[in-house]
This record gives sequence, structure tokens and C-alpha cells, in this order.
Amino acid sequence: MRDRARTTHRPLRRSARVLALGAAATLATGLLAGCGSDDGDGGGDGDVEISIGVFGQFGFEEAGLYEEYEELNPGVTITQDSITENGDYIAQLRTRLAQNSGLMDIQAIEVGNIAEMTGDLNARWVDFSEHEGVDTEHFLPWKLDQATTEDGRVIGLGTDIGPTGICYRTDYFEEAGLPTDREEVSALFADWESYLEVGEEFAANGPEDVAYLDGAGGMFNAVVNAYEERYYSADGEVNYQDSASVQTAWDLSVQAAEAGLTDQQQQFSDEWNTAFANGAFATVASCPAWMLGYIQSEAGDNGAGVWDVAQSPAPSNWGGSFIGVPEAGDNKEEAVKLAAWLTAPEQQAKLFTERGSFPSSAAAHELPEVLEATHEYFQDAPIGEIFTQASAEIPTTVIGPQDQVIQENITNGLVALEQQGLSSDDAWSGVVSQLDNALAE
Amino acid sequence: MTTEHAAAAPPATTGGAAPRPDSGKAEGPSPQERKRIERRSRWYRWDLKFSPYAFISPFFLFFAAFGLFPLLYTGWAALHQASMVNPNEMEWVGFDNFSRLWNDEFFWNALRNTFTIGIISTVPQLLMALGLAHVLNYRMRGSMAFRVAMLTPYATSVAAATLVFAMLYGRDYGMINWALDLVGIDPVNWEAGTWTSQFAISTIVIWRWTGYNTLIYLAAMQAVPNDLYESASLDGASRWQQFRHVTIPALRPTILFTVVVSTIGATQLFGEPYLLAGSENGGAQSQYQTLGLYMYETGWFNLHLGRAAAIAWTMFLLLIVIGLLYWVLTRLVGKSNGEEA
Repeated sequence: MRDRARTTHRPLRRSARVLALGAAATLATGLLAGCGSDDGDGGGDGDVEISIGVFGQFGFEEAGLYEEYEELNPGVTITQDSITENGDYIAQLRTRLAQNSGLMDIQAIEVGNIAEMTGDLNARWVDFSEHEGVDTEHFLPWKLDQATTEDGRVIGLGTDIGPTGICYRTDYFEEAGLPTDREEVSALFADWESYLEVGEEFAANGPEDVAYLDGAGGMFNAVVNAYEERYYSADGEVNYQDSASVQTAWDLSVQAAEAGLTDQQQQFSDEWNTAFANGAFATVASCPAWMLGYIQSEAGDNGAGVWDVAQSPAPSNWGGSFIGVPEAGDNKEEAVKLAAWLTAPEQQAKLFTERGSFPSSAAAHELPEVLEATHEYFQDAPIGEIFTQASAEIPTTVIGPQDQVIQENITNGLVALEQQGLSSDDAWSGVVSQLDNALAE
Repeated sequence: MTTEHAAAAPPATTGGAAPRPDSGKAEGPSPQERKRIERRSRWYRWDLKFSPYAFISPFFLFFAAFGLFPLLYTGWAALHQASMVNPNEMEWVGFDNFSRLWNDEFFWNALRNTFTIGIISTVPQLLMALGLAHVLNYRMRGSMAFRVAMLTPYATSVAAATLVFAMLYGRDYGMINWALDLVGIDPVNWEAGTWTSQFAISTIVIWRWTGYNTLIYLAAMQAVPNDLYESASLDGASRWQQFRHVTIPALRPTILFTVVVSTIGATQLFGEPYLLAGSENGGAQSQYQTLGLYMYETGWFNLHLGRAAAIAWTMFLLLIVIGLLYWVLTRLVGKSNGEEA
């Protein structure tokens, strides 16, 4: 039954052979050449090319900052290389740092990855504090601390931050007989317990099929991020099991879930996005500055004129980035100059106006275009004032290299509790065994 | 083959091969002429001997760079404790990364999920493909259109297909729950349940691969000699009996091939479970985390390069074992086949 494949032997024409051989040789050479480093021809007659590696729509290019710098500094050309997902971007950056080659002159670093850069890899980065032209004083102290190594090297300059407020829907609050004015709502949210008490009231009097908040995971992040120590103790040890902040945040989230206040959503899932458009919940407990744009794009016309933003009882930082200059770069001096310029207060203010990235520079917060900014979609909320005030209250949080892993596993535990009906104890022990496995060397 | 070569002109690169005009006597080959012929024939011999290797070398060069080297490097990394943050600093740990898998509940969980998803996606898929191929094998109007239609799911990208399915299976706004609601069934939280999520994933796999297997079966069916069917029908065999006693035995090698290919695909299943909820943990309780996904989580999220490499190699070894099993099975099937004939 088994039939053998028939093989035909037909000699190729010689010319075809030579051609094939040539093609093979070309491919092989191309392959080898691809491995070589591409030496940029920096220098020359004062002409410099500065390359910048970023992820997503970082905003520098979109806000026209490169063009502006090139005009101010004739002879400088800036090229940007962007990778859509930070996950892909950071994987490539890690490999390149390990090989010390293929690095751009300036590289962006997301706050979730800053701890690994200030840790083992810090020697691969230029220390900005050694450069006289760089002013690091204008940054918010906690932002600067995040990019400072134990021995005081500053390896990244802050771009944007994510100070948080609480986003809420005025139409649902009105239906529930709650105040809608953002001052009054802010006063209502005196602490997280009272935030949940308002939730009970909302559940009792509010519209039937609308939940008070999106999910327990969102509640957890809102609470835990406002503490100095979350998953790591001050001496850099993993400590999430005995951490008071994790305990408090877990209990409050469980309370919210068990009281049925949540819509059982996982943040950034498709369902969560659709839930915005459908107006399925009334508040977002941790609503950083950049989330306003997100809500606007997801909720669209349905949410126009009904969302507003109030002060958080305990503002925290969520997200934000840095830019650093790798030691292996060709144009370090020029790159440092550009990095300092890009993160200077005026440029940060411009990035905020153009792109909505909230400045990490305290000096930028004083500028009128930031301080007096309002958000049209959020009923002209004075977001400059709200988030400036919030960012002043944000503590310096201990950041560990595995923060993201720990946080995601804990929020997963809360999903298991909400959606799969686990008890708080079972969900927590699930989290611990997942993390024991994930964190073991 | 050889005659053709002798007739071909000498390669252009051999210098000094031009005929010398002053050796014009033409009484048998002169010593120079003989040398020339010798050189020429040596060149042909080499050409004959080595050019085939040169022609297949591109594949092997690429395979060495992108197949063999990663394979060996992964094996090397699997014997080390290494972090993805700094993959150059490796610490030798021997077979620790492998032995720890034995006690790793999440590894067993992933293996179990891979197995169950593999079964519930492969078995119905191949059965359906067989049936569809049988139907398509009848003479009918627009058979070409049907065949092309069968292959379209295969041509879509995993990512696009999975994202659409994820929307269909959505808990609050999914179309399937909406349809269930119409007939009075309570909405199902597909992603959160163990069986429901694995069912959802296998429907994506089935949707994508059934057409592909159908066409393979169809091609094999068309190679079955018609007189077998004729004599079967003369003997009074019904359509179903023909299918069972003529088609299936004739398709045996093809079926085995599709089973092997599907098994490999099922073992490496990654895109569908990864994109169902867009996270590497495969559900809040890893209820649909496959081996591929567990490897990805260990390496790219938890940043343990050595451990991830060990999982990758375990998957590889697992496939070799399965391959050997199938090979033994083929031998057995072949033998019993021989006895029947």
C-alpha cells in the first residue's frame, strides 16, 4: 500500500547551475553580513545622526520634538525606531544590552523595567549626574529616585508619569442620588473604605445593571500602589506575603468583589473595552492621566459628557517612562544633550499638550499650559490641577525587578475569586504557589 | 546524465583552457592537450560529485543558523540557571531544570491541558475532514468552489482568527452567549471555566485545520482506483460499506500522516490559547495553559531562560517519543495490512 515517491533525475543546464551556486553564495554572504555590526558614520563635519529606540507611540516624534531639535541644532539628524509592544521592545533591548551591540544612542525604558536596569545592568547605562549640562533637579523626586542606582548613578531621565485620580460617571451617580460635582465626590472619597461605602449606596439606589467599579484587580492596583513598600521591602527582598499594603489592598478588593460591586472585568481585556462603550460600570478606581484618553477612545460618543474625574484618596503612580543613553553608543555626548532637552520642562509640557503624557518634571507642572489644562471629554475637568496635586502626594515606591510578575499573579488570583468562585483563602494560596514557582531561580 | 556533461562546455573560470593554435598537427593528443583533457575531466568529476551538495547547501546553511544552532543552544541553556535579563551569565546546574519539572504542578497542568485540548481538537477535526472529503469526492456542481472554501480558514492568520473567536466567546458581549440567551440558556463564562475554555480553543483549531486535512484526504481518495469501487458495488456493497472497506484502508498511510502532523501541531499549540485572553498564564488558574504557553511564561515573563529551555527540550523529546510510537504503529499496521492482502 505504501507508495514510494518517484524521483526524477533531470540534469540542470550548466548556466542554471552557476546561477544557483551564485544565488547560494549571495545568500550566504548576506547572512554573514547581517551578523556584522552596522557602524554608523558618526562624526564627519559636525554632522551627527542620533538614533532613538522607543516602543508604541512614544510621542516625541508625533509631537514634533525631533524636528524642533534638528532646527535648533543644524547638522543633527534624529532617527527613531519604534516597536509596537513594550514586551517585544524590552526583550530586544535586553539582548542588545547583554551583547553590548546594536543599541540605539537613546533607548526608552518603561517604568516596569526600570528596576532591572538600575540593578544588574546599570553599568551599561550612562550616568546623567556626571554630565554638567544635565539638570536633574526639575524632576519629581520620586521619579528621579526610580532611575537612580544604589550608588547614586542616574541612568534614566523621566519622560511622563501616570498620577491617578478616580474616574466616575456623573449620570449614574445622579441616578443613584449621589453628588455629581467633582469637589463633592472627591470629598466623598475620603479613604478607600468610604469609596466602598459609596459603592454600597450606589448598589442599593443606582441603576440595576450597572456595576460600581470595573473589577477587583483594578481596585487592588489602586490601593496597593499608594504605599512605599508593596512587593519588595526597602532592602530589596521579595516581601509580598507579609506586606501590609498587599494585605490591605487584597482585603478591600475581596470586600468589593464579595459585595457584588464589581463588573468582574479584567483590565485591558476586550470585554473591558466593550464595557466602557456599554457603560457597564460607574467608576474606575485607579485612573491615571493617560487613562483619560483610553476611556475617551473606548467609550466614544456614548461616554461623552458623562465621565468626570475626581481626586483619589491615595494618589499613586501608574506607568510612565524614562529615556537612557547606553554606554555602548557612538554619540554619547550628543545623545545625552538630546535626552536632557527632550525631558526638559518645556518639552514635557509640549508633549502633554500634544499627546496627553503627563510631565514628570515638577517645573513643567508650574507652566500655564499644564497647570491650566482642562479635558473637554471629561466635562472640562481641570486635569492639570488635579494631576499636579496628585503627583505631589505620590510616595517614592520601592520598585523591584519582578513587580509586574507579582502584581499580575495577584490580580489573577482576584479573577479566580470573582469569576471562578474561589474563596479568598483558596485564591490567595493559589497566588502564593504560582509565585513560588514564578520567582524560584 | 554523464554524456550530457561531457558535451557541456568547460566552466568559464578555468584559465588557460583556450586551444593553442600552434599545436595544430592533430596526430593524437599532445601532452598539453592530454593535460587539458585530464583537467577537464577532473573538473567534471568534481562538478558531478560536489555540485549537488552546493545546491542543497542553502537549506542546510539556513537550517544550521536558524534550526540546529538554536536547538543546541537551547539544550545548552537548559543545563544552566540563566536569566532572560542577562543571558550571558549562566551558571551550570546540570539536569536540575529537567528534574524540577517532575515536581512542577504547573508543568503537569500544562501537559494535561495540552493533551486534553489536543484530543478534543484533533479527533473531531480528522473525523470531520474524512467525512467532508468523502462528500467532496462525489461528482457535484461547483466542487472547485467548495474546495477553495474549505481551505480559506487555513489561509487566515492565527491571530486574526483567535481574536474573532475571543469576541464570539466573550462573556458579556459575545455573540455565542447572546445566541444562547435567545434560546433561554444562561450565559457561559467561556474563558473562566476549564472545559469551556478548552472547548473554545479547540473550536478555533478545528475551524482552522479541518479544511486542510479534508483536502489531503480528498487528494488521497482520488488516487484510489475506480475499479475497486466498481467491483465492490458489483459485489453488492453499499456506499457506507465501500467507504469502510475500500476508502479507509486505501487512506491508511494518509490518515497516519495527518495524525502525526496534527499531533505535532497540538503539542506546540500556542497562538490560540495565548490570544484567547491575551495573557501568558492561560487563564486565572492556568486552566488552559498549554506547554508552549508555559514555556513562554517561564522564559519571557518570569525571565527564567534555563527553565524555559528545559521545557522546550522536554517538548522536543516528547515529540520524538510520540514519533517513535507512531513509527512502531505504522510498522504494525503495515504488517497486518500485508497479512490481509
